[in-house]
Amino acid sequence: MFAGVGYSRVLMTDIDIEPTDTVDARGAACPGPLMDLIGRVRSASSGDVVLLLSDNEGSLTDVPEWVGETDNELLAVDETGDEYGFYVEVT
Amino acid sequence: MVDRIAVLGGGTGGAVLANDLADRLAAEIDAGDVEVTLINDDPDHVYKPVWLYVPFGQREPADGRRPLRELVDSRIDLVIDRVTEIDADAKALALRDAPGSLAYDYLVVATGSTLAPAEVPGLVEGGHDYYSESGAVALRDELLSMTEGHLVLSVVGTPHMCPAAPLEFVFMADDWFRERGLREDVDITYTYPINRVHGNANIAEWARPIMDERGIDVETFFNAESVDPDAGTIASMEGSEIDYDLLVGVPPHRGVDVVDEADLGDRGWVDVDKHTLEADAADGVYAIGDAATTGVPKAGSVAHYQAGVVGRRLASEVRGRPATATYDGKTLCFIETGMDSASFVEFDYENPPSPAPPSEKLHWSKLAYNESYWLTARGLL
Repeated sequence: MFAGVGYSRVLMTDIDIEPTDTVDARGAACPGPLMDLIGRVRSASSGDVVLLLSDNEGSLTDVPEWVGETDNELLAVDETGDEYGFYVEVT
Repeated sequence: MVDRIAVLGGGTGGAVLANDLADRLAAEIDAGDVEVTLINDDPDHVYKPVWLYVPFGQREPADGRRPLRELVDSRIDLVIDRVTEIDADAKALALRDAPGSLAYDYLVVATGSTLAPAEVPGLVEGGHDYYSESGAVALRDELLSMTEGHLVLSVVGTPHMCPAAPLEFVFMADDWFRERGLREDVDITYTYPINRVHGNANIAEWARPIMDERGIDVETFFNAESVDPDAGTIASMEGSEIDYDLLVGVPPHRGVDVVDEADLGDRGWVDVDKHTLEADAADGVYAIGDAATTGVPKAGSVAHYQAGVVGRRLASEVRGRPATATYDGKTLCFIETGMDSASFVEFDYENPPSPAPPSEKLHWSKLAYNESYWLTARGLL
């Protein structure tokens, strides 16, 4: 667990979250995945869970940092294989 | 059988490509084996980098406009009309003013960026910009009369045209107010959506110390959510709020609706292979410049280089040969660091940028290129 960030880094098999919406940013360079996430959160409703898919390692840093700046919540991060899945609940 | 190439959009990418094809395929066009049609909804070609200088009273919007007909080779069929539908299955375009449809064998989408300030409540009423002719002129009127207060430059939406331009604007504003003896009475704040001052980490690392040294305040992780023009405030998704006297917003950008409606990509941007520039969702379709989602900046140099790649690929295709030309992500950009100094970056998919030390020589190089740009548009440089 990252210091100060309350989410679990878990395997896909452990995640039982049904996202409302999925943002597939695989293949995008930083900060593309984060900006795609922000864009989707901007238009989401309270309670929605947005799943961001990214294969950029930088997302492991900048996504938790950004979510920490907001009232939204990073529920879990799937780090299976070379791709990452970030589950963000919109408040 | 005639090969019909349609180029949609007469900005930098479209104009350079049309002239590239006119030169490269001159024999085939003259023989009637190839037809190249360039479609634009404005009789003028617009060189947008001029707009950065308009608010400071240094250039006029007219400096960035010339008739397309004067720039494009006479071998090109120039159609001034607006495409209202792309039928990628039937390989045909519908036009607003012409009956029937325009059939193509190859289509190049070069439709550029459009602005979508209405996506952020209050931004239209409360913000100014230099990403349009009208915006740059209105901002000039505000800036020229500003003698004190808080100037806020907020990068509201990314991706946006010319990623360096927000940095350039605050560097120029700092210098401009300083030269006029007003800097102590004008605070400048720069906001950016992520945790650094530019999307590219190297450019951000280079720019941040310059901003600190020159007293340009910075707010990162600031994603504008709304603007209150009456209160003079801009609020972020992250919960912060900034008071402003003059707000310069880099508005959210989109591509064009016909791209969305043709299912070629999201928000009007065409999903492409970043090397071949071929559209993911349709055969015989390419996209270049701002319209293409390659992950590189939406900048004229990118459109210019991509036009050369697609020109070579199309020439190979119409000649029945394998298309081997690919785009390597090459991007070139001057960055103004004041009213008389500039830096320069060049990078590609593999090699990150390393900004050159700012100098007066680079500033004049930028201004000189802005003048010689018209040779680029004509396919000569």
